[in-house]
Amino acid sequence: MIDLIIEKIEKMEKKHQKKETVRSSVVLKVYRANRRARESAHYDSIEVPVERWTTVLDALLYAKAYKDSSIGIRYSCRMASCGSCGMKINGIPRLACYTKVSELEGSTITVEPLTNFPHMRDLVTDFSQFFAHHRDVQPYIQNEEADIKDKAKLSEFMQTPEDLDKFLQFSYCIKCGLCYSACPTVATDTKFPGPQALSQAYRYFIDNRDAGGKERINIVDDRHGIWRCHFAGSCSSVCPKGVDPALGIQLLRGHLLGFSKNEKKVADLQERLKKD
Amino acid sequence: MAMLRESQIMKIHYITGIAALFVVAAHILMRLIMPYNLSLEYDNVIANYHNMPYVVLLESILVLIAIHGFNGLRIILLELRQSKAWEDGVTVLTIVAMMAVIAYGTRTIIVANGLGFE
Amino acid sequence: MAPGDVYALCASGEDVLMEVADRNNREGIKGWLNPGRYGWERVSYWLQRLTGVGLLAYFVGHIYETSSLTQGPDAWAAMLELTQTPMGHLILLLVIGMSTYHSANGIRLIFTHGGKGLGKPGRPDYPYDAVSLNYRQKSGIWIALILAAAAMLYGASVLFGGE
Repeated sequence: MIDLIIEKIEKMEKKHQKKETVRSSVVLKVYRANRRARESAHYDSIEVPVERWTTVLDALLYAKAYKDSSIGIRYSCRMASCGSCGMKINGIPRLACYTKVSELEGSTITVEPLTNFPHMRDLVTDFSQFFAHHRDVQPYIQNEEADIKDKAKLSEFMQTPEDLDKFLQFSYCIKCGLCYSACPTVATDTKFPGPQALSQAYRYFIDNRDAGGKERINIVDDRHGIWRCHFAGSCSSVCPKGVDPALGIQLLRGHLLGFSKNEKKVADLQERLKKD
Repeated sequence: MAMLRESQIMKIHYITGIAALFVVAAHILMRLIMPYNLSLEYDNVIANYHNMPYVVLLESILVLIAIHGFNGLRIILLELRQSKAWEDGVTVLTIVAMMAVIAYGTRTIIVANGLGFE
Repeated sequence: MAPGDVYALCASGEDVLMEVADRNNREGIKGWLNPGRYGWERVSYWLQRLTGVGLLAYFVGHIYETSSLTQGPDAWAAMLELTQTPMGHLILLLVIGMSTYHSANGIRLIFTHGGKGLGKPGRPDYPYDAVSLNYRQKSGIWIALILAAAAMLYGASVLFGGE
């Protein structure tokens, strides 16, 4: 088992080593504009020294510390956990903390704010529409049986590893908005929930503790809902956490089309009801 | 405006798409049983319109593709802009266009069916 | 609040209906350009849409074209003169390619939209290659493209080949 894992890691390292280019410095082309002040956009070119392990976020923070302190940027954890530093790097939405300079081609790196999010300043965008769509699909477990007021009835919701695997992947979402920025439907449709919200709808739909499936399906089965996904796959190709939103959306749509059934979940819930 | 759920509309979209594939294939194959240029001669074309199974085939192509095509157009237009006026306009426009195309095509089929040979 | 409406909580604390929401920085139709940057699935999306619109235009044109039948042999002959030209044949060739691609890729998409052929959700590992963007999907796109090319070649042999 361990041998297999080591072999896998070595293979992966080899695959990634090929792509790396070692440079001593790069030029950051940073998008600059303040929307409220109605400034017109321009790019600032800033040269920063880099090492093999320098990430785009490191480079930006170096520029902010030593070259131009006025660069607007949002970040927090620096380790792809918080989802704050999403931006377009060389035209593709990526997390700045998760993109090494050595992985990118060319000695100039263009950093721009995420598209499909209203712009605020420099690399910072407004996430309120994105969060509104997330909130709209009711991203929480709904279950009358889970009323914890009655302590005597209080019990754990047992889940098998198989039950867990059905949704675990989708629960890794960090709401960084990269998928929302890459989606071609979101690019023109403000009412479309986007890959993030739709994959979260599936994450709760397929969870066998949840009983709100029907209502959630009614929300996404709309003129601007799940059917406006055309499986361009861009969301999954940019996701930094392997959530694969496109997979979740198609699986949920399978239930809407009647290709897939959620009978096991229904049976589980009925069983639970009987027990109580 | 919501007479059908979006999932029902999309089921219709998929079914008309698959059905159209078969009838269009039949339509093209019928054209290939004789040399291409010959198949376009007036008498040969009119003869097709007197052949009842072929008439049914043509009418079903007309209906299936019109539904599938104009629903596709509706989807694209709905994604472009969002406002009540635009969305209602797009829905009405695509339904009217679909019906107009079906009516116009059906007229050709009926009239050609009544025509004699040269 | 009507069902289906989405409200965004803005920085000022008020809920704003998404219909009138800020469209600033939306990529727009520009987002449809340069499909290659996100891979084959994006190219497939773009081609499916383009061929769909093209085929609808041809469909409407074809119904207009055939309606000249109703005005007798002369009108039909005049229409043939207009359409049976090298340019008309080129358009027809394009239609053959478009319809083949749209059909083949469309069948793949119907299965995909039903959640078939995508793989199962699991526990993702670095480098997090998405299971839904697998080789079954990519080869489906390639097969659609190859079929379209083959159909166009056959169409060319019929249209431009012998009399």
